[in-house]
Amino acid sequence: MEVYLDNAATTKMDKGVAAIMQNYFLNKFANASSIHHQGEEVYNDLEKSKETVAKILNTKPQNLIFTGSASEANNFIIKGVALANKDKGKHIIVSSIEHPCVLGPAKDLVNEGFKVSYAPVDSKGRVKIAELKKMISKDTVLVSIMTANNEIGTIQDIKKIARLVKRNGAYFHTDAVQAVPYLKIDIKDLGVDFLTLSAHKFHGPKGVGMAYIDRNIKIKALISGGEQNDGLRAGTINVAGIIGFSKALELAYKNRDKKIEKIKKLREYFLKEINKNIKDVYLNGHETFRLDNNLNLRFNGVEGEAILMDLSNQGICVSTGSACSAKNLKTSYVLQALGINSNYLNSNVRFSLSKNTTKAELDYTVKKLSEAVKRLRSFSPIK
Amino acid sequence: MALNYTKKTLKHFLKPKNIGEIKNADAYAEIGNMVCGDQLNFSIKVEKGKIKDVKFLSFGCASNIATASIMTEKVKGMSLEKAKDYDWNKIVSDLGGLPQQKVHCSIMAVQGLKKVIENYEDKELSSKDAKKLKNIKTKKIAKKSTKKIAK
Repeated sequence: MEVYLDNAATTKMDKGVAAIMQNYFLNKFANASSIHHQGEEVYNDLEKSKETVAKILNTKPQNLIFTGSASEANNFIIKGVALANKDKGKHIIVSSIEHPCVLGPAKDLVNEGFKVSYAPVDSKGRVKIAELKKMISKDTVLVSIMTANNEIGTIQDIKKIARLVKRNGAYFHTDAVQAVPYLKIDIKDLGVDFLTLSAHKFHGPKGVGMAYIDRNIKIKALISGGEQNDGLRAGTINVAGIIGFSKALELAYKNRDKKIEKIKKLREYFLKEINKNIKDVYLNGHETFRLDNNLNLRFNGVEGEAILMDLSNQGICVSTGSACSAKNLKTSYVLQALGINSNYLNSNVRFSLSKNTTKAELDYTVKKLSEAVKRLRSFSPIK
Repeated sequence: MALNYTKKTLKHFLKPKNIGEIKNADAYAEIGNMVCGDQLNFSIKVEKGKIKDVKFLSFGCASNIATASIMTEKVKGMSLEKAKDYDWNKIVSDLGGLPQQKVHCSIMAVQGLKKVIENYEDKELSSKDAKKLKNIKTKKIAKKSTKKIAK
């Protein structure tokens, strides 16, 4: 049996999305920047799909810049805002559990004379708001806190944090890549200045990220050399990709409540069955402020990567935050930030469900997982 | 990144040989720890300078388990001298190759083996010394008692 439980890494594209995109590869292939009739037609389709996205997110299409990935969008926002607003200050704040594509550009800015502060989180991954408040100074240009964490699924109170940051004079960005469709994204209501999404996390195509930007705030382009996107992101417009993004987002929020209710129920059933069949299992992250599709568990006494490989051999795809390799024994910095005892950092597995996940798949997984954990524990030196 | 483990590595991971701990083993050793994500515990039984039996316990990834499994299989019956210098490259080639980032697992396996043999040798040496010491003491006591009797 093939079971895919790694939907936080990427999702399977919807057939409807693939079908729509195909038309823009094979038929409507013209360059959206061309002014001939074919180009014009493609341009108008593109504008329509951008309007769809803008409507769902409660913003205006001109505020949306589509990129080649969420990593690019995050780099564009973090670096672009910091470098364009140096006169305001040279301090940025990110949470200690941000995705590497936020931590990376933040670190790069140190070479440009910026100071980076890392907002701490509590043992369940929620940002310590009082400490974040203390970190903001007159020199702070930008604060970036993710909406939901990719490893442990912990959800932040973005509305509250955005209000706090902006009241203290800094700009606010949130990486919301993991949030669709589990959280509603109403940009006006959230009050954020910048926001990032990625199509392949919600059954859209890979290679399409999106940066929501407030056009009143200065931002420097990451890729220059063309007039596309008002010079904010050069490069031939990825028409099929953006149309795929738009369709995927539309489908993601269609019957959303029913869909996520089903996923949440399945996840709860899955956890209950795991606890019934396997001893010494612990949940990482928050019980309630958590993405409905995420389950990050610790299996004492065995290595996460060994569980992953055993399951993979049975057709089941999961993920582990840590990986052992020669040069770099990488334990998850996210779990470390939660203050988890270092003895337990290598025994964790992430299961991430999607609307395609079935009960039969989870039953099969529980069976194989309990066999794997039992087997590996049988010859573990840790009792 | 894809690991592309060989069939042989997967076989040794899924059905490892020589797992467990020998009861009343002649020596034990532990290498690595939970924090770095790899730990191997070895136990050996020695007879006439050769490894009669060797077993291992593992807290580690697939290649940690597979390397210990194939190595213990190969060194059973080997002289302690030879086993102490077992080449980790041999483990890699016996498995049909290991991904670059996992080669350290084979190094840890041979280090663990070396450690358990050294622990055995240290124990042997000190028990020989103890025996010698015991012999000397018994002789002295014997002398004393004979003197007593003589008196």
